[in-house]
Amino acid sequence: MNDETIRETVGRWLDENWSPDRSLREWREILLEGGWAAPHYPEEYFGRGFTNEQAKVVAEVFKERGAVPAAQAGPRRLASETILACGNDDQKQRFLRPILTGEHSWCQLFSEPGSGSDLAGVSTRAELENGQWILNGQKVWNTSAHHADFGILLARTDWDVPKHQGMSYFLIDMRQEGVEVRPLRQMNGHQSFNEVFMTNAVVPAEDLVGGEGNGWHVATTTLSFERRGFVDRFSGEGYRGDRPGRIYDEYEAEVEEANEPYTWYPQRAGRVDLVVPRARETGAIKDPVIRQEIARLLCMHRGSTLALAGAEAKRKAGTTQIIPAGSIGKLAASVIARQASKVHTMIGGADTMRSGSQSAEDGVIAEILISVPAISIAGGTDEIQRNIISERVLGMPKGHRADKGPFREIKRNS
Amino acid sequence: MSDFSKEQQLFRDIVSRFLKEVSPPEAVRELMVTEDGYDVSVWKRLCDEAGLAGTHIPEEFGGAGFGPIELGIVTEEMGRTLYCGPFFASAVMAGSALLLGGSDATKASLLPQIAAGSLIAALVLDDVDDLGRLGHSVSVDAGGTLSGGAGLVVDAHIADVLIVVARGENGLELVSVAPDADGVGVTPVEVVDPTRKLSRVDFDGASCEKIGSLDDAAVEALWNHLSVALAHEMIGGAQHMLDSTVEYTKVRFQFGRPIGSFQALKHRCADLLMDLELARALTHHAARCLDSGEGEPYAASMAKAAAADAYVEAVKAGVQLRGGIGFTWEDDTHLWFKRAKGSEVFLGPPHVHRERMMTMIDKEGVDDIQRGEGGLVA
Repeated sequence: MNDETIRETVGRWLDENWSPDRSLREWREILLEGGWAAPHYPEEYFGRGFTNEQAKVVAEVFKERGAVPAAQAGPRRLASETILACGNDDQKQRFLRPILTGEHSWCQLFSEPGSGSDLAGVSTRAELENGQWILNGQKVWNTSAHHADFGILLARTDWDVPKHQGMSYFLIDMRQEGVEVRPLRQMNGHQSFNEVFMTNAVVPAEDLVGGEGNGWHVATTTLSFERRGFVDRFSGEGYRGDRPGRIYDEYEAEVEEANEPYTWYPQRAGRVDLVVPRARETGAIKDPVIRQEIARLLCMHRGSTLALAGAEAKRKAGTTQIIPAGSIGKLAASVIARQASKVHTMIGGADTMRSGSQSAEDGVIAEILISVPAISIAGGTDEIQRNIISERVLGMPKGHRADKGPFREIKRNS
Repeated sequence: MSDFSKEQQLFRDIVSRFLKEVSPPEAVRELMVTEDGYDVSVWKRLCDEAGLAGTHIPEEFGGAGFGPIELGIVTEEMGRTLYCGPFFASAVMAGSALLLGGSDATKASLLPQIAAGSLIAALVLDDVDDLGRLGHSVSVDAGGTLSGGAGLVVDAHIADVLIVVARGENGLELVSVAPDADGVGVTPVEVVDPTRKLSRVDFDGASCEKIGSLDDAAVEALWNHLSVALAHEMIGGAQHMLDSTVEYTKVRFQFGRPIGSFQALKHRCADLLMDLELARALTHHAARCLDSGEGEPYAASMAKAAAADAYVEAVKAGVQLRGGIGFTWEDDTHLWFKRAKGSEVFLGPPHVHRERMMTMIDKEGVDDIQRGEGGLVA
């Protein structure tokens, strides 16, 4: 189907079916039945087998018409894309539909207190008893876990094989007695993540994805979607416009709930956009030392934007792998954020001792200064990115490893 | 945002292959200790066979009719191999000055010879820190008599003609004079980077020919074109330095391991690559801006500042990661180290370009910057 035909077909279908006066749930059911919830999914799983480009055209038409799309905000897409890529038919039939309708929200349960950069070192224990998996252990950095219905979880099922071979990937029901979710407060005061404690939590045998012992493979599939930004703040803007309709209230509430953890993410990236306006307002733009630092920052920022656009073009042409390009981009984002934080500090001077609504930019500058440290940790630390860049892009030799052999024998955090 | 076209890729391959053949490190070492500093037969091949000296010169003046992008490809490959010859002085510097400020008659007479390489021109600028200050020490009177001097002129010692930017009665003028004319003195200068020869040029009542003029806009354009060509040269050199350094860390063993397996070295190389990727993106972007006349007015200065910083970091690491051997004359690293130190400051050190950029932002504002959420883009 060419773009024009897609536009016509979608347009006709919307003429007949779209109404902003339905409830969100009611509309999403219609959307699913019509096959327009996820047109890039295969036909047997609610889709039409469209390419990503074709699906983009569909999304455009929806936006133009103000027609609310399938649920996408929050970590749920990590689950749906992984299930689609690695799940069996039964799992796809049971889990994809309520993800797309928005009935179920999801969270990711990968990192552990003892297993951060070294994700393959997870020690949450899963044991098969009477046809179901019993889970014990602790997870951390779980965005949206406090309101999630399900979680994607990595746990160890075999302690006597090398670390990467002893893990399995589970879909866990969060609404059960054995799962306790506690909010985690960060140094910037926000509570964007949770800790999740599992005490004899239960997962039915049929909710293990990709086969026992294949958890690492499935997890890396999830991580590749994470790197492609599927879990970033989702913009639900541009649908309502000035149109009336109850559905928009429900839709915006869904997006807002999912986006709540991300309100400080722009500050984490350093808010380069505020630098020149702030320097002008305060007169710091006249300081020759500050001017040098601003120019340095703008060069890095522009260079990074251009380099990423170039890498994206090459990725589309299929000439480069996404992971290394992503690592360079992520490292650059850290360096840029640190430089921006430094420049904001120079611009504000002693005034940057203040925080809160009486401080610069309604507290945003203060929030930048205490949020930037997160960007070089979250999603793989700068040090891990440098390992990836040096080994996979530059081809430098891997370092000495002390974690070979059966997992049981590897030294780890107690 | 587009990458290079197929034709441009092919052009790069041809240039690269040619330069690797004619400018291996042994040739660079041989030439850098000679007085002239270049191999006439290679220069002839470069002009006749490859036609490179006319890369950016319009076809009507005997050139290939390409633009800043292709010129950048050439200088990038030359920087990689440290090609020694009058390309930058004659084709890039003098050629660009003539294109931007030469009279029609001068362009018609000089550019075809520059494009053919039969005439080596050197551009006399009396300020190579800040082209915004040109004309403070070389002047020309109404009768065409030159006086003053310029301390750092590239390849004046082998030039057939000097193209001089001089302060005239009504602003900056472009004049030409033979280096062996009465009242002209060309004295080679001792240099840090022996692969780029510099001379002091003095004028004491020399009579010259007036061949054009440079208004403020033309000076800015000249600065942009030269900066972008030099930025390409620098990223080519930086890429070579990164490649050769990484290779070295794979084959050098200490403590029973290749030193490239130590994170202290790996992380430094990763940082170099990141700096270089950003500098490369800015440099290629700046060439596209010059080509299209669009984009930030300060794109060239961003490129020059970033490329210089990336190159210097690369050569510093190049020496350091090799350890003792990297500090020897025998090892080739110092050839690139010295070129980097020269290029860093030539045509404006990074801080001058950053200030130039900020002055433009004062006047015209900064392009819209998204608030951005950073992180896992791509």
